[in-house]
Amino acid sequence: MKYLHLIWAALFRRKARTILTLVSIVAAFLLFGMLDAVRTSFDQAGQSANGAQRLQTGSRLSFIQTLPQSLEAQIAQVPGVKMVTYANWFGGAYQDPHNQVFSFAVEPNYIDLYPEIEVSPAERKAFDETRTGALVGEKLAQRFHWKVGDKIPMQSTIFPNREGSKNWTFDIVGIMHSKDKKAGGFYDQMFLLHWKYFDETTPYNRGQVGWYVTRVADVNQADRVARAIDAISANSDHETRTQTEQAATASWMKQLADIGLIVGSIMGAVFFTLVLLSGNTMMQAVRERTSELAVLKTIGFSSASVLAMVLAESVLLLLLGGLIGLGLAALIIPAVSAGSGGMLNLPGVGAGSWLLGLLLMVAIGLLVGALPALRAMRLNIVDALAGR
Amino acid sequence: MNTLIEIRDLSKVYERGRQKVEVLHHINLDIAQGDFLALMGPSGSGKTTLLNLIGGLDTPTGGSIGVAGQRLDQMGAGALARWRASHVGFVFQFYNLMPMLSAQRNVELPLLLTKLSAAQRKKNATIALQLVGLADRASHKPGELSGGQQQRVAIARAIVSDPTLLVCDEPTGDLDRQSAEEVLGLLRTLNREHGKTIVMVTHDPKAAEYANHTLHLDKGTLVEQAAA
Repeated sequence: MKYLHLIWAALFRRKARTILTLVSIVAAFLLFGMLDAVRTSFDQAGQSANGAQRLQTGSRLSFIQTLPQSLEAQIAQVPGVKMVTYANWFGGAYQDPHNQVFSFAVEPNYIDLYPEIEVSPAERKAFDETRTGALVGEKLAQRFHWKVGDKIPMQSTIFPNREGSKNWTFDIVGIMHSKDKKAGGFYDQMFLLHWKYFDETTPYNRGQVGWYVTRVADVNQADRVARAIDAISANSDHETRTQTEQAATASWMKQLADIGLIVGSIMGAVFFTLVLLSGNTMMQAVRERTSELAVLKTIGFSSASVLAMVLAESVLLLLLGGLIGLGLAALIIPAVSAGSGGMLNLPGVGAGSWLLGLLLMVAIGLLVGALPALRAMRLNIVDALAGR
Repeated sequence: MNTLIEIRDLSKVYERGRQKVEVLHHINLDIAQGDFLALMGPSGSGKTTLLNLIGGLDTPTGGSIGVAGQRLDQMGAGALARWRASHVGFVFQFYNLMPMLSAQRNVELPLLLTKLSAAQRKKNATIALQLVGLADRASHKPGELSGGQQQRVAIARAIVSDPTLLVCDEPTGDLDRQSAEEVLGLLRTLNREHGKTIVMVTHDPKAAEYANHTLHLDKGTLVEQAAA
């Protein structure tokens, strides 16, 4: 610690250069914090205690392939199945095609499989009894200023009605609230419409469902139940794949994009550039201080302590920029989530991200400091003082 | 007077590519404790090389060099660094202060290698700055001081850990006459009143007059010894 003032002074010997390098490091770690939040958000999708008790059954071929509605009765007969329901993607947009809404046509018992979604008994009853009724998530209702009793138009990007129009009308009969506010971003954005209305109105569905959701009696039996469900359709034209909710969500998202790979690739490129940039800064900083480092060695600083000081300078540079960058990400992420009206529910910069960030800062600091530190350590005093 | 530095049959050969350059040839020299010695000679005569060997910055190719009974030629790099930290103070022609540190912090540098507390380091640095007459410029950075003042700060840095020996390489080479005389006067005070042994390389005969003895080197050999 007694060398800290010396390291600090050396770091800011050329203020403009150090500040420019710091800005680059801040930008890199700000990006790291934001992208890591996106990755974590995707990783956490479908992870909950209730989710562990639910299985999703979809087509083995693709998540856009439908399954026969008749499977429901067969799935319900599988030992260990407590409850089964089905749903289909509606693909709704409100007023403008850009205002995409997570809208699903669901069987009335759908809500029973999701105890983490709260709906008042009166609203639930209204949904069961209203053919054109819709339940909407709290955040979604806030986003479009909807309230119970509103009649709203919704355009499906997939399904037309019998007249060939894709414009549908719904009556909002209830608001859904997530019990877990932290993990409930998706439920707060959902729009659930009545299966019967959907199935009878569009000529395109004809007794097909998008996927089944099954609640198992014993979570330890989930694998066996999943295999039994898939066995029902084995060697048919509608073979199924049954997975836990978490695995199904991950698989579905992977079909959209491999977020882990995208985030990893971007951060790899960013950190590679950062290594070159800060490495160059450190090389220049040490090269122009050759005589000063020689003086330190002259007055008795050992080669090892000179090496340690240059490495510490490099790590300090990365820690300063990295902590500011991650700190900014921690401030910006909630603002971005709030600003998206709930569409984006990014988790804050968690302990894991801070730890990974700190490890990266230290590792990059050591990496970019290694070469100049070795050069400083091997400095020949006589040659350096003579300017050779 | 006791002999502080004992040099026997000292040689130094530098290898420049495939060429071998013998810079010092079989030097024999005794320097007494409390002496003030000036080393003079033309460029390339080997005086800075001899100074570097006396200061433990370099190791000889042959012969021996002992300071206060310790054989420098038998020490490794780490041991030499530790020896320099506790026994030698260095003064260079171009001051070689850290430009980003205040005069006080520059003087404190050698004390970072001791076990002294921060408060004690500060106190000792202040005393050293008082000794060179610059206590009032303690917070100034080298760029805010004149050449003479910078060299006095360098001398304060050299004496702050109370070394036995001061080695000075052209300490007045970059100064005007008045500043040079102030610096030389200061070195003489340190020698006479504080008992520091000083070995100084200089080109300037007027600077050499401040020393007790002057030795002349030519082509790596001691050619003449004159008492001041």
